[in-house]
Amino acid sequence: MSRSLGRMSADAAQQRTIPAAASDAAPASAEGDFRSYYGRRVLKEPVWEWLVPAYLFTGGLSAACAELAAGADLTRRPRLRKATRLGALGGLGASTYLLIADLGRPERFHHMLRVAKPSSPMSVGTWLLVAYGPGVGAAAVAELLPSRLRRTWLGKLLGALARPAGLASAALAPGVASYTAVLLSHTAVPAWNEARDRLPFVFAGSAAAAGGGFGMVCAPVDEAEPARKLAAVGAVTELVTSRQLDERLGIVSEAYRTGTAHRLRQWSEYLTAGGALGSLLAGRSRAAGVVSGLALLAGSALQRFGIFEAGVESTRDPKYVVVPQRRRVDRGEQA
Amino acid sequence: MTVSRESSFGPLDDVSGDAGYTEHPERVGFFTDTSVCIGCKACEVACKEWNLLPDDGFDLLGMSFDNTGELSANSWRHVAFIEQPAPERRTDEATAVDLGLPSFDLPGAGTGEESRTDFRWLMSSDVCKHCTHAGCLDVCPTGALFRTEFGTVVVQDDICNGCGYCVSGCPYGVIDRREDDGRAWKCTMCYDRLGDGLEPACAKACPTDSIQFGPLDELRERARERVATLHDRGITEARLYGEDPNDGVGGDGAFFLLLDEPEVYGLPPDPVVPTRDAGSMWARAGVAAAAFAATAVSVFFGRSRR
Repeated sequence: MSRSLGRMSADAAQQRTIPAAASDAAPASAEGDFRSYYGRRVLKEPVWEWLVPAYLFTGGLSAACAELAAGADLTRRPRLRKATRLGALGGLGASTYLLIADLGRPERFHHMLRVAKPSSPMSVGTWLLVAYGPGVGAAAVAELLPSRLRRTWLGKLLGALARPAGLASAALAPGVASYTAVLLSHTAVPAWNEARDRLPFVFAGSAAAAGGGFGMVCAPVDEAEPARKLAAVGAVTELVTSRQLDERLGIVSEAYRTGTAHRLRQWSEYLTAGGALGSLLAGRSRAAGVVSGLALLAGSALQRFGIFEAGVESTRDPKYVVVPQRRRVDRGEQA
Repeated sequence: MTVSRESSFGPLDDVSGDAGYTEHPERVGFFTDTSVCIGCKACEVACKEWNLLPDDGFDLLGMSFDNTGELSANSWRHVAFIEQPAPERRTDEATAVDLGLPSFDLPGAGTGEESRTDFRWLMSSDVCKHCTHAGCLDVCPTGALFRTEFGTVVVQDDICNGCGYCVSGCPYGVIDRREDDGRAWKCTMCYDRLGDGLEPACAKACPTDSIQFGPLDELRERARERVATLHDRGITEARLYGEDPNDGVGGDGAFFLLLDEPEVYGLPPDPVVPTRDAGSMWARAGVAAAAFAATAVSVFFGRSRR
């Protein structure tokens, strides 16, 4: 036997691996027209869990409530004002908890405050919330003040501050409602990044629907008309722009149209559409208003979870990364 | 060329200067020439040893000799193994190299060519790309990620609060959060060794110089020559990946010579830093915010049924 050891092992390798090579060389090519490394993901899945989509919802809810509260204050709708001021604070409190709990090192949350970094939407958002929070807090505390304390100097001060505080938070609320779209889109996650032109409108619509729904649930019918209108406009915006995610993002739309993301967003669509109809037709029925409002709140929350899930799925399957990029390279387009 | 400090896309001549360093050493990087990688994983081991990285679990993945799988918080080098059919290639006897292995024949009697088959094995040691425009660095809200004087990108473990934004910001899927620790980790290009004038552990350990460390300009020049040499030898599929300053991340600090499409190695074919579109994204969000505000104001006008 006149063979070098090197050659022997090469032959052995050949026998063992050729059948495997034939099937493994392009493992994913059977499913689509792209190649990958053993069908593995290219990107890392977002490490965020349910806390982040929950925050997207509570943040939007808080912002829309702050808007309604300021308007109710100026147009003398005290019960709508009280409900939405408390809603704005509740949403903000939940948001703060969710954002801190989602950190890998929650005890270091204040490290967010050591820099202000325009290139990081999370840094921008942190400072936006820092500016937004105190006004929401002051307005809500003024509502909660027991009547015996209202006559003290502190009570009088809070009472006088409530309106400017509420207006200040209302001025920042649109930013709070829409920056979260940039937060998601400013990533390499295909389903979020490709949706960058449309996501702000979905999120702003979803926030308005949730805040309007909250007002319909918590305020009596004769004061809730602005809430019903806000809910209707928000819901329609959300429904229309959300549909665009399903259709206009090329292959990435598949992540929105399939799996868990699709189911969540399907339910969101039913509930939001139903809630929108209810907000237009409920009229003076409190019960119908409450049911519609709850449907809108649920629809808004499911929308956020659905969009979040689509993003996660688009990092799990390499096709969402490889196919559009390969197409770009093959066409000779510059990034 | 002058570049503004706000530059977030496109070629950038002085990446450390752009980050605010007035005096700094040359930008350094890795050139990983996969055509001479033998898959020994010495880079993976040296990296783990030097950086004291925990194990990633001992799994058999059934992916050729790759049981690491991918870059992670605990694996900062990852050797990919690809087995694939390849066209038989005849070369001149003169170019075949005798490795001097023991044999029953006279040493050097065969060239190795007669044992070549229509199968090939690609091996490549992947690593953080230390992008010119780094997605992870741009989105980090604490300043834990920073640009070093060497032009590399490093996480400060005493600052990182584990927000996870960098994990989704990286268009290569490199950086990740460590499960039991909560913070984000990735290759530092051995920042501690660079400070002492040493080369990174992986490059030091690489027995074939598949991993080359040095000033980036020099590496780019060397890489172009290597590609030309390989093309002359008929290896026309040799191509560079990540060396072009005009690509979606302004060029990588760690780039590669590959023998197939990037996606075959698990690399994205044309990654783009998300920051490229930051302006337009904020503009759209601004329009949405304005519409939101206008709606909120308008719902309080009009007829009231009170």
